[in-house]
Amino acid sequence: MMGRTIFIDPGRCIGCQACVSACRECDSHRGKSMIHLDYPDEGHSVASLPTVCMHCEDPVAPCAEVCPADAILVTADGVVQQADTTRCIGCANCVNACPFGVPKIDLQAKLQMKCNLCYDRTAYGLAPMCATVCPTGALFYGTIDELRAERPGVQVADSFTFGSTTVTTGVAMVVPADKVQWPVPGGLPVVEINGRDVR
Amino acid sequence: MTATDPSRALPLDPSVAPPGTRNFRDAGGIPADRWHADQNEETLVPTHCCFCGVQCGMYLRVDRAGKVFGVEPRNHDINRMRLCPKGINAYQQVNHPDRLTAPLMRRNRDEPFREVSWEEALDHTVAEIRRIQGEYGNDAFGLLGGASLFSEKTYLVGKFARVALRTKHVDYNGRLCMVSAAGANKLAFGIDRAGNPFSDILLTDCLLIAGSNVGECFPVMTQYLWGARDRGASLIVVDPRQTAIARTADVHVALKPGTDSAFFNAVLHVIVAEGLTDEAYLAAHATGWDEVRATVAEYPPSRSARICGVPEEQIVQVARMFAGAGKAMAWHARGVEHHSQGVENCLTIINLCVATGNIGKPGAGYGTITGQGNGQGGREHGQKSDLLPGGRSISNPEHRRQICEIWGIEESELPPAGTSMMEMVWQMQRAEIRGLIGICNNPFVSLPNYATVKEGYDTLQFHAQFDFFLSETAANAHVVFPVTVWAEDEGVMANAEARVVKHNKAQEPPAGVRTDTWVICELAKRLGAGDKFAFPDSRSVFEELRIASAGTVNDYYGITYERLEETGGISWPCPTTEHPGTPRLFEDGRTYHPDGRIHLQVVEWHPPMDPYSEEYPLSLTTGRTVAHFLSGNQTRRLGALVEQTPRPWVEVHPSHGFRNGDPVRVVTRRGSEVFPALVTEAIRPDTVFVPYHWPVPTAANALTVDALDPRSKIPEYKVCAARIEAAERVDEVPAPPTAPGQLAYPETQVSRTDPLPPTSPQGRGTAERS
Ligand code: SF4
Ligand code: SF4
Repeated sequence: MMGRTIFIDPGRCIGCQACVSACRECDSHRGKSMIHLDYPDEGHSVASLPTVCMHCEDPVAPCAEVCPADAILVTADGVVQQADTTRCIGCANCVNACPFGVPKIDLQAKLQMKCNLCYDRTAYGLAPMCATVCPTGALFYGTIDELRAERPGVQVADSFTFGSTTVTTGVAMVVPADKVQWPVPGGLPVVEINGRDVR
Repeated sequence: MTATDPSRALPLDPSVAPPGTRNFRDAGGIPADRWHADQNEETLVPTHCCFCGVQCGMYLRVDRAGKVFGVEPRNHDINRMRLCPKGINAYQQVNHPDRLTAPLMRRNRDEPFREVSWEEALDHTVAEIRRIQGEYGNDAFGLLGGASLFSEKTYLVGKFARVALRTKHVDYNGRLCMVSAAGANKLAFGIDRAGNPFSDILLTDCLLIAGSNVGECFPVMTQYLWGARDRGASLIVVDPRQTAIARTADVHVALKPGTDSAFFNAVLHVIVAEGLTDEAYLAAHATGWDEVRATVAEYPPSRSARICGVPEEQIVQVARMFAGAGKAMAWHARGVEHHSQGVENCLTIINLCVATGNIGKPGAGYGTITGQGNGQGGREHGQKSDLLPGGRSISNPEHRRQICEIWGIEESELPPAGTSMMEMVWQMQRAEIRGLIGICNNPFVSLPNYATVKEGYDTLQFHAQFDFFLSETAANAHVVFPVTVWAEDEGVMANAEARVVKHNKAQEPPAGVRTDTWVICELAKRLGAGDKFAFPDSRSVFEELRIASAGTVNDYYGITYERLEETGGISWPCPTTEHPGTPRLFEDGRTYHPDGRIHLQVVEWHPPMDPYSEEYPLSLTTGRTVAHFLSGNQTRRLGALVEQTPRPWVEVHPSHGFRNGDPVRVVTRRGSEVFPALVTEAIRPDTVFVPYHWPVPTAANALTVDALDPRSKIPEYKVCAARIEAAERVDEVPAPPTAPGQLAYPETQVSRTDPLPPTSPQGRGTAERS
């Protein structure tokens, strides 16, 4: 588990999109948001779930690994940076490689854009914009100890399996205490939500 | 302000920081006041969000040309850096291309507006006031204010109506907001505000939230709620819809709209039956308990369960959770207040808190969550038809005398109480009110029963409106005065905790734009009352307001601009400049009634005013979405918010057989409109929901009923009888009255006629999903 990182707690998310709006205000890609919200149980529940870059650690960032132009830098502190605009060729390999559906291509600029953990802020010890504003704490920035001080007994996971591949991430996910599993099933088919069979 | 957390300041590597608020970051998020933050000479101005009653602190980013161009979260006590999407995007309205920058005028409604000088607009308005008042009497001219104005301006509105216009007809749009809660609090406690600060929520063991979609209407309050739950507090949510906070609550009571008092009476019935009341507290501090106990005896869970459409066991469960918790709190909002028995609904919740001894302690008490930014402060200083500054009653001879002395007028000159906002519209319809000035309101979208409202305004011989965007109401006026947005002036607001906070000026207004204060004073001068309105700025108004409130329950005397800037907010009453303010009421067990006791009130449930029938079997209920504020006059112009929720929809239960996006006609006794269906189990089968921020032909308020609570005169927005039927196509969302212009982020503009509903009942659009 890395030091200071984002923890995502979908149980708290109210779908307000403050994170989406805040992301647009970040100086590194002003006007574009790198977060999206998913609505995993539409029609039955109002549940929502923010997706930020998970800053994959192992294997090191699939997006960076597949980049033919070597445009995606992973910094020593584990942050997977947005593609370097002087190198990126807008080929979208990264989009296809990311297991979490994070990088986007700005079609007009023909450049990749992705969350870089607000490096302009986190390098200064501030939280990323999304986690700063998130009213519920569904996005929390800090260390696991800081999280546990606020939320005693909270369980988190940072590994996700996609078929036979397990990805360990720099960003972690809060999971229900009674359902903690290592690793968290990422790409497996969902069979049950809120006790309902959704196959 | 909370201090910087030093552990967050990491060693800095200046080479990685792009230009921006570098020094802000150096200091870990706390800049020195108004100090140049980086090589771009960017300045951060501490202020608050202009929108809801939470009043989140924020910094506005100001560039070297003095223009607001962005926002930085602020570590203010209230919100601790958190913001909702409205707060984040609020700065975009400051330099928005739709801003009005010259007075607009026309002689008749069928002519186009022409831009005129301030002189001409003011002179014409005064000539019309004189003509109408000369012909039909002073009370033929009315004034409608707003609860998004700074308190200084609301004070001026009340004073201008009574001293310069000499009319009794003044009221404000806070009448559509939390006046039911205000009325109930006044009846029970003799003071009109929440009993506890938000921070008390963190200390409670059981939190009851009734009729409040906190996640969407007051998102930043959810951090308190989660803080309590992290400590193990339980959460009870009473709401017809499964809102985002109801989804994770320990109990969600999805009661039928308009049955709140039957439900809370039954909860108290169980508490009494199970011997969970705090009889010692009641005996020491309350009156009327015997009558209340006798009344709730008539509401066994079996009866209320039938009325409310909820399981009996849930009533018992809520009673045991609330009364069994060490410390319990109840917070409520428009869901219980927007009813023809809005005051009574609030009283049943107060009864619950008092009967269990949950008053005036850390973690125990009650609160009402104001909708508008200054919903609380907006009525405290005389803008409401029956109130004088300091919450004094306009019918009380002693109160009248005190204010006349301060204002320097004879008591005989001070008009009596007028009528409420909706009643004023009916009086316009009947041509009893023939001229009107509207300030900071948009009744064409915000009042119920649009047809009546339009007819009322169309009957006016003269109508002037103050606004910074051409709202639907302003577009129907004869004169429009272009005034400042919040960031171009300074002043105070009182948030939902009754904490007074100070907003600061971040930029100069555009040429041609004046402050509301200036316009009101100029009108007063022309009406011959200039000596009573010699206010050069907000500060001078605030100084008079402090004096006018001194010695009252709403005492602001000890609050000064300087203290507000130092402290991050002071809760009234605050009688001296040494007094720390009063975040929590009744700590000494005394209320503000002369006998110091809580006056419990008996409540009998009665059905909503618009009766169900075979033709109209469903309940229509309305409410807010997280991206929009009030009538949407501001938020429907901000690209990101429009993108998030581009249009209204109708939420229907799957049992009606519609599919997502199907055109559904919602019909009530007032009319019908077609919305795309959002099919969801998150709503009761007998209820449909439409959000209300849009004008006709997609206006929820073209359908709602203009029935009023007899005491608070709040409209019954939250329930009316309706039916739904399949339609051919959805009604298109109208463009704003002026061209939307270049929004802050042109690439995020979406079509305003997009026929699709959002994918989730939480009202969120989909544009970020790729
Ligand atoms: S800001 Fe927080 S609560 Fe709101 S949508 Fe984003 S993650 Fe969810
Ligand atoms: S609208 Fe309310 S909750 Fe949202 S940022 Fe503004 S004050 Fe805070």
